[in-house]
Amino acid sequence: MSYDTALTVFSPDGQLFQVEYAMEAVKRGLCCVGVRGKDAIILGVEKKSASKLQDVKTIKKVYQLDHNLCMTFSGLNADARILANQTRLQCQQYKIYYEDDPSVDYIAKFTSQQQQKFTQRGGARPYGISTLIAGFSNNKPKLFQTDPSGACSEWKATSLGKSAKQVKDFLEKHWREGLHEKDALLLTTKALMDVVESGNKNIELCVIRKNECWFLNENEVEELTKITAQLQ
Amino acid sequence: MIDFDPSTFGLAHTYQKEDKDEINTLQMPSAPQVIYRTLNGPTQTNGGNKLNNFKHGTTTLGFVFKEGILLAVDSRASMGSFLSSEQVRKVIEINEYLLGTMAGGAADCQYWLAYLANHCRTYELKNGSKLSVAAASKFLQGILIGYKNSGLSMGCMIAGSDLSGQHLYYIDNDGMRLKGDIFSVGSGSTYAYGVLDNHYRYEMSLNEAVELGIRAIYHATHRDTASGGVVRVYHIHQNGWTKVHDGIDVVDLHYQFAQQKGLVGDGDEAKQRLF
Repeated sequence: MSYDTALTVFSPDGQLFQVEYAMEAVKRGLCCVGVRGKDAIILGVEKKSASKLQDVKTIKKVYQLDHNLCMTFSGLNADARILANQTRLQCQQYKIYYEDDPSVDYIAKFTSQQQQKFTQRGGARPYGISTLIAGFSNNKPKLFQTDPSGACSEWKATSLGKSAKQVKDFLEKHWREGLHEKDALLLTTKALMDVVESGNKNIELCVIRKNECWFLNENEVEELTKITAQLQ
Repeated sequence: MIDFDPSTFGLAHTYQKEDKDEINTLQMPSAPQVIYRTLNGPTQTNGGNKLNNFKHGTTTLGFVFKEGILLAVDSRASMGSFLSSEQVRKVIEINEYLLGTMAGGAADCQYWLAYLANHCRTYELKNGSKLSVAAASKFLQGILIGYKNSGLSMGCMIAGSDLSGQHLYYIDNDGMRLKGDIFSVGSGSTYAYGVLDNHYRYEMSLNEAVELGIRAIYHATHRDTASGGVVRVYHIHQNGWTKVHDGIDVVDLHYQFAQQKGLVGDGDEAKQRLF
């Protein structure tokens, strides 16, 4: 009897195969990187155009959830859009209910809770994405990762998707506590450039500061990739 | 929260209903039965049985000053002209860093402030961080707006200490929420405001503030028949709250203040004194 066709069935050795297969879908997705600095968090993600005719700069893979909270992902694009919209709504509902901004922990827990829901009901499949959620709580930068099983944890720097292991090794070697925004930005770009197909149009970068998010435009990304290429 | 019904697990499309409920509503606590709302009517039933007519017979006050927040309350509960208690506790200890005062319907205040305490604790356990005073008071406002015009009677102050300092909010059954430096609530509030507004300064020391709070409550209990009993005083500072006085009899205060002025306090000062 196969234990992997239905979501709500454990295998004899205690695995939920559908959830594991969802994580495989994430591993096939395009690479994304998150780096926590002292006063900013950098999210970087690989974009790939399906053909020359597609306008790559209209693909936005870093979602802004609130004025100083952003999310990116690896995995299925459409699932990310749904999850981001739910989380955006939750941010605003929290404000109506409590007047304060939600903390990053709260939003990360909410997102992972949504993902967990779909590992426990019939007729639906898990979300095929792992997300990186970055923001500030109590003036401290925080970076969280969630995955299709609904697990949620905080990271100093991490990467998801294809070549995630390679990028994580690179980050383990070069990340240190207290990076300034500029250094963190260079680190993220370097990490991405190692694995992304050449061409700056394929990278999207976002800097999350205490009170705002800065989405780098095409020219800024190009300049950054040039600088990074020179610093070897 | 929506409870899962295990009998629906294997079925397709069961997630749709739950999603709609979970994501699109604010999950407000709702009354267990239909309430017939009178949009323009009075929020209190004024006619009928006086014995059940709990008016806002009380005096509570709170003010923000240099050393934090001072809360002072009386302790009388009256049902019409019958004194049901002289020892009511009108400051409700929500948790170690939040206090609520009671005015209006005692049951309403007690229940909803206990509900708030429950919610604050659950939030703290789930999220690892405490709710701020603004958030707790906003949450209470959200509940009361849901019951607007259905007969709740509450005029309470939420005072507490959080990471951004000490804050004082006034919340009432109409769904009003005000942040402020000086509030007094209840039938004796006008008398208390007179004293408070006269002597309030932000730079008061703790002793001066306690003295002011006691004096203001005393004056309110002296003139308002629905206020009396004892004065209870609480101080909120950055480490939470402290109970400064658990119950000073207002009758003792009357003679104390009279003596300070060189009077007797029996209402007949012009009488010739033989001694």
